[in-house]
Amino acid sequence: MPPVSPILGGTGASASPGRRRRRYSTLTRVDRVILLGMVAIPTFLVVFFILLPTILSVVLSFTSWNGIGGIDRIKFNGLDNYVNLFTKYKPFWPAFTHNILWLAFFIFVATPIGLFLAVLLDKGIRGTRVYQSVLYMPVVLSLAIVGFIWQLQYSPDQGFLNNVLGTTSRDPGFIDWLGDKDINLWAVLVAASWRHIGYVMVLYLAGLKAVDPGLREAAQIDGANERQTFFRVVFPVLRPINVVVLVITVIESLRAFDIAYIINRGKNGLELLSILVTNNLIGEASLIGFGSSIAVILLLISLGPIVYFLVRSVREEAT
Amino acid sequence: MAFLHGVRRSVVMTGLAVAALSVSGIGASAQGGVVTVGSNYSDAVPKAAFQAALDYCATVTGDTYTVNTVDHGTFQDQINSYLQGTPDDVFTWFAGYRAKFFYDQGLASSVSDVWAEIESNYNPAFKSASTGNDGEQIFVPFYNYPWVVIYNKALWTEKNYAVPTDLASFSALATQMQADGLVPVAFADKDGWPAMGTFDILNMRVNGYDFHTGLMAGTEKWTDPKVTAVFEAWKTLLPVHQAGALGRTWQEAAQDMISGKAGMYFLGTFAGEQATPEQRGNLDFFAFPTLGTEFDAQLGIDAPIDGFMLSRAPKNPEGAKALLKCLSTGAAQNAFLAVSPNSVGAANDVDTSGYTPFQAKSAEIIASSGAIAQFLDRDTRPDFAGPNGMQGFLQSFLGEPEQDLAAFQQGIQDFWDTLPPQ
Repeated sequence: MPPVSPILGGTGASASPGRRRRRYSTLTRVDRVILLGMVAIPTFLVVFFILLPTILSVVLSFTSWNGIGGIDRIKFNGLDNYVNLFTKYKPFWPAFTHNILWLAFFIFVATPIGLFLAVLLDKGIRGTRVYQSVLYMPVVLSLAIVGFIWQLQYSPDQGFLNNVLGTTSRDPGFIDWLGDKDINLWAVLVAASWRHIGYVMVLYLAGLKAVDPGLREAAQIDGANERQTFFRVVFPVLRPINVVVLVITVIESLRAFDIAYIINRGKNGLELLSILVTNNLIGEASLIGFGSSIAVILLLISLGPIVYFLVRSVREEAT
Repeated sequence: MAFLHGVRRSVVMTGLAVAALSVSGIGASAQGGVVTVGSNYSDAVPKAAFQAALDYCATVTGDTYTVNTVDHGTFQDQINSYLQGTPDDVFTWFAGYRAKFFYDQGLASSVSDVWAEIESNYNPAFKSASTGNDGEQIFVPFYNYPWVVIYNKALWTEKNYAVPTDLASFSALATQMQADGLVPVAFADKDGWPAMGTFDILNMRVNGYDFHTGLMAGTEKWTDPKVTAVFEAWKTLLPVHQAGALGRTWQEAAQDMISGKAGMYFLGTFAGEQATPEQRGNLDFFAFPTLGTEFDAQLGIDAPIDGFMLSRAPKNPEGAKALLKCLSTGAAQNAFLAVSPNSVGAANDVDTSGYTPFQAKSAEIIASSGAIAQFLDRDTRPDFAGPNGMQGFLQSFLGEPEQDLAAFQQGIQDFWDTLPPQ
């Protein structure tokens, strides 16, 4: 056991076997109780509401159960769920692909647009507050409302888009924005980006405000043009914000759900892993075991970015 | 009269308060007891109509009814946990496989003793739709409505169209409508279930009622060439259907038919809910045309029955059964239909003199059919019919009607085979 410094000793005290140390501790009894509570309550919450359900989901993914009756009606069926998932369950691979597409679209299209708008607004153009409010508006709306608004745009005959284009479902060149399974994912991505862009914009705007103006001046004195100043000086300084935005983008893409669910419950081109989980778990007759196996796959995919982010933050703390 | 009614109710309420204060297990002498009812009649019109029926039954039985109304879709999604928790004594539900499923899982009680008294008031078809796999009656029918081809009378009179009865006249009419600049058949399947009605009627016309029920129950295979014939027949009809169905809701399609943009629309008579009261009188309908097969004479039809079930362990079984008995009478059903004239009463002693022409025709079409199915998602296991299963498969067919049907049908059968045995 390495010697514990008197100041940090308090945190180690509860774990320390040496009762004699107690009198050196600067912590009172009340402090101890509070500390214990601060550790115990979050631990309890994490174990009971995150770890335990996660483990139970993994266990359930090897079973067959329709959600009715007690534990005795849960039957273990080995790897059946996973075999069916990969070989027989048609919506799985489309959903998997759509989640990846969603992630790529958010990272390479929506997020850069948000950054671009933030840079523009940061220049203090006239009416910047109005633009900020307008662009941030969709973030305040719930996705359910966003979904509803965009359905009004995309509806085949009554929708805004097709009315502007002057096409109806009777014309040969007519575009069925929500019904054509090769188009509807993109239509939904536009709707989801509409919201994501505002979110990213506000984060970057806050980050840009925090950039030391001296850096820009120095860059300009060194003869850098606008573009060089941004990419070589400002953007690297934004690193902490970039990490936050990246994490948010990944999370938003993995839990993408609402708009597609509202439009058609994630069928016909709008399959997403989160929706497949829901469709299997709720409803009149649930396939709890099968739904859990999809949830496990989603968990495995999520673990990638989570581990990456944790490793990074731990490493940064260490330096 | 209204005053007297009010007095009677307040007396009943007092009686209820006394009863509630006394021992809860009041048993057989349930006069003035409380019965709880779980309801999915969440839209304004059916909700008011159901309240009218319950008010009537309160005067008959002397019990008080507490209604717990839940949004229609939510009620269905949560039925599972609802029935396993502390469900109401009586709950609204659907006849057929969908009722049997929950009875088989032990989540509903037998109402055979109620049926012993009400049997004479129902056609045998209603009894069989209310009977579980073990021969017990498990459901009490309230009303039903047919799936038919609905059209705008004014438009048809103006264009001089005649009601088609067989495929030839139907196709000729559709061609004429196209020439007149109309969409012949409005169509929508964004929600995934409306196309099930088209599948049902084509399957019953092409392969007959027995094959249809066998397919729904899993005794027939989806890979059967008979099923291929249904999709082939559907393919030939698709050109006269409205394009872009997968992005359209049935409400939008119904509005296209009501406003005269489309010539006709195959849906349940509830499509009439999209019409204003003035437009409603202008709607008429006919049974789906026959296709020239040996099953034409059956005149098979989807006429889903809505009604009631008794929960697993009702708190007031006597009161609940008295309510079920009351709801099986024509008087209670008339009280409902007076407020919501979109369907027809299930009981034999329903007073049909007050029926609108729309209702009268519904009753006539149902009565003339020799083979009444419920609806795809009521006739087969719920996990097969849902968004995971048939909803998605039918959308896949409509999105790519020219796809390899053999592989498509194999996909459906594979999905059925992966479902756990029940």
